[in-house]
Amino acid sequence: MQKTLFSKLWNQHEVLKQGSGMSLLYIDRIFLHERTGSVSLKELELKGRKIKNPEQVFCTMDHIVDTLPGRDDNTIMPSGRDFIVSTRDAANKAGINLFDIGNDKQGIVHVISAEQGITLPGLTQVCPDSHTCTLGALGALAWGIGSSEGEHALATKTLSVKRPKLMRVRFEGKLNQGVTSKDMILYLIGKYSASGGVGHAIEFSGDTINALEQESRFTLCNMAVEFGCFTGLIAPDQKTFDFVYDRPFAPKERDFENALVFWKKLYSDDDAVYDKEIFVKSNDINPQVSWGTSPGHVIDINGFIPNPDEISDLSLRSSCLKAIDYMDLKPGQRMDSISIDAAFIGSCTNSRISDLRDVAKLVKGRKVSSGIKAIIVPGSTQIKHQSESEGLDIIFKEAGFEWRESGCSMCFYVGGESFKNGSRVVSSTNRNFENRQGPGIKTHLASPITVAASAIKGKITDVRKI
Amino acid sequence: MKKFKELSSIAIPFMRSNVDTDAIIPSREIKGVSKTGLSDGLFANWRYKNVEKREIDSSFIFNKERFTNAEILISGVNFGCGSSREHAVWALKEWGIRSILAISFGSIFFGNCVRNGILPITLSEEVIKEFISIAEDETSLNFFRIDLTTKSIFSPDNAEYNFDIIDSYADMLIEGLDPIGLTLKNKDEIDKFQREDVQKRPWVYI
Ligand code: SF4
Repeated sequence: MQKTLFSKLWNQHEVLKQGSGMSLLYIDRIFLHERTGSVSLKELELKGRKIKNPEQVFCTMDHIVDTLPGRDDNTIMPSGRDFIVSTRDAANKAGINLFDIGNDKQGIVHVISAEQGITLPGLTQVCPDSHTCTLGALGALAWGIGSSEGEHALATKTLSVKRPKLMRVRFEGKLNQGVTSKDMILYLIGKYSASGGVGHAIEFSGDTINALEQESRFTLCNMAVEFGCFTGLIAPDQKTFDFVYDRPFAPKERDFENALVFWKKLYSDDDAVYDKEIFVKSNDINPQVSWGTSPGHVIDINGFIPNPDEISDLSLRSSCLKAIDYMDLKPGQRMDSISIDAAFIGSCTNSRISDLRDVAKLVKGRKVSSGIKAIIVPGSTQIKHQSESEGLDIIFKEAGFEWRESGCSMCFYVGGESFKNGSRVVSSTNRNFENRQGPGIKTHLASPITVAASAIKGKITDVRKI
Repeated sequence: MKKFKELSSIAIPFMRSNVDTDAIIPSREIKGVSKTGLSDGLFANWRYKNVEKREIDSSFIFNKERFTNAEILISGVNFGCGSSREHAVWALKEWGIRSILAISFGSIFFGNCVRNGILPITLSEEVIKEFISIAEDETSLNFFRIDLTTKSIFSPDNAEYNFDIIDSYADMLIEGLDPIGLTLKNKDEIDKFQREDVQKRPWVYI
């Protein structure tokens, strides 16, 4: 029988079949962060349970920790300190790997997991965080779980999982100028809705994917969850193996060679069968921007805000109406005419060195439009150091951007820092839910270069026109 | 975990698509490393006109007196999508919800429900729409009855509808079992798998 990459990964980790499509899967890596992981660690301890293999468990401080220079355990978020201190105590007690504040391996969980060589092709990995699917771009089976499942994985090194259906999304053709993998995924969700992938794991393939650099592939898989998927996957290739090579936790020398033999078998056979297939002509994709409060509310940069009256499905129409109302827009309004108050570049979607280099190229010698609050937050401490060694931070600051310590920062609001109440923000993040970035904040999702171009013009701007 | 066999309750008609966990429990309502003290923050951005001052928005359905004791929630497509925060389930549970009927669910949210004694039921769009219109009828007290042992729901006029849920999920809910304890019954198989895996994939083991 022809096999898909997904079924290879699944079968290799199946400890037991449990009936009705459920399997007990072996989990290779567990990652935690101070926001949700702390609950898992604390509960486990309360119940007197031990972590089965603490050396394969990792934890970072990214969600609640401040990103302002000179940060420490105290946070702008009230009670944030409790999360940080209790996570640190629990992590140390449990003997897991901790990337604490000040550690040069610290960063956003899904960014450092790849950067440090913790996730490898062919592994299973879970984290109590929905964007764990990002790591599927390495050909790993990685997905987000809840805190109780986190406890389960820690204590047993396994999880009971219902096997999802499998969808293949093929992107074929050359990308237009100014179009990035962020636009590809926004386009897909915009076209097939935020629930288009529900019940499925999704494999991205096609020559557009093959042509993407490894870092861009992470962006694509990152938003698989915004498509409603269990996870996203991309078969690893030479670019992936080169990416993994020599990372701190990756296998070395003989081990690497052995792993490589294994990794090279991680692809879907030619005639493998999928439950659902979507085909996208990459050439059709223009820069994309979200207009509403669901990641499915996406249009072309030169498109128009939709008219709810033209939507026949009642529940879709009412969600469109609510979104337009929350976003304070008018049906028929041009996307590239909308003025912004702020611009944010960062998050596990788009904060990697290649994103920052692209942004630097664009903003070099230009200035952020006056009155716009513009912020760049590197995805990891390593990325911060790398950027600074290349002088990118100077370019950003000269252009009028704030340059921060790494972390999730204003990708989401926990009661700490935010933009001014009600601000309109163009953002390289992944979620545009109501109040996601702060009270009344109107988020427009876009690629980092679209965000940068918009910051310079003070309105949502087509990067190709700058 | 509280056992779930049968439930009879009025249902909240909440016909929205893609209700995300940020909406169910906004981040800033998660104030500590704990599973409790969350119901006050449930749907905070919709339930309160002024979140800080906790000024109630009486038009929001969860604030209607009729639904104060409701234990069933009916919603649309992709309920509980978005962030994996289990706090969304903990908040709903603390508020009193014990079963959620929807056209589809966010997959992490679905698993979180089962692990916390909440029964998530997937139903066709047609049935959901029918239930919504029954639940919206305020002229009578419309009690739905859910029997998990027979996997059936009885509408107020006693019509029976069947639903499907994985047996192991149903057992877990009915018996109130601890999933970690259950899995550890297979400890020998897990250890054996690991021993063999160390031979096959030594490079995985840090
Ligand atoms: S950057 Fe944003 S989406 Fe990514 S893990 Fe942090 S909070 Fe979640």
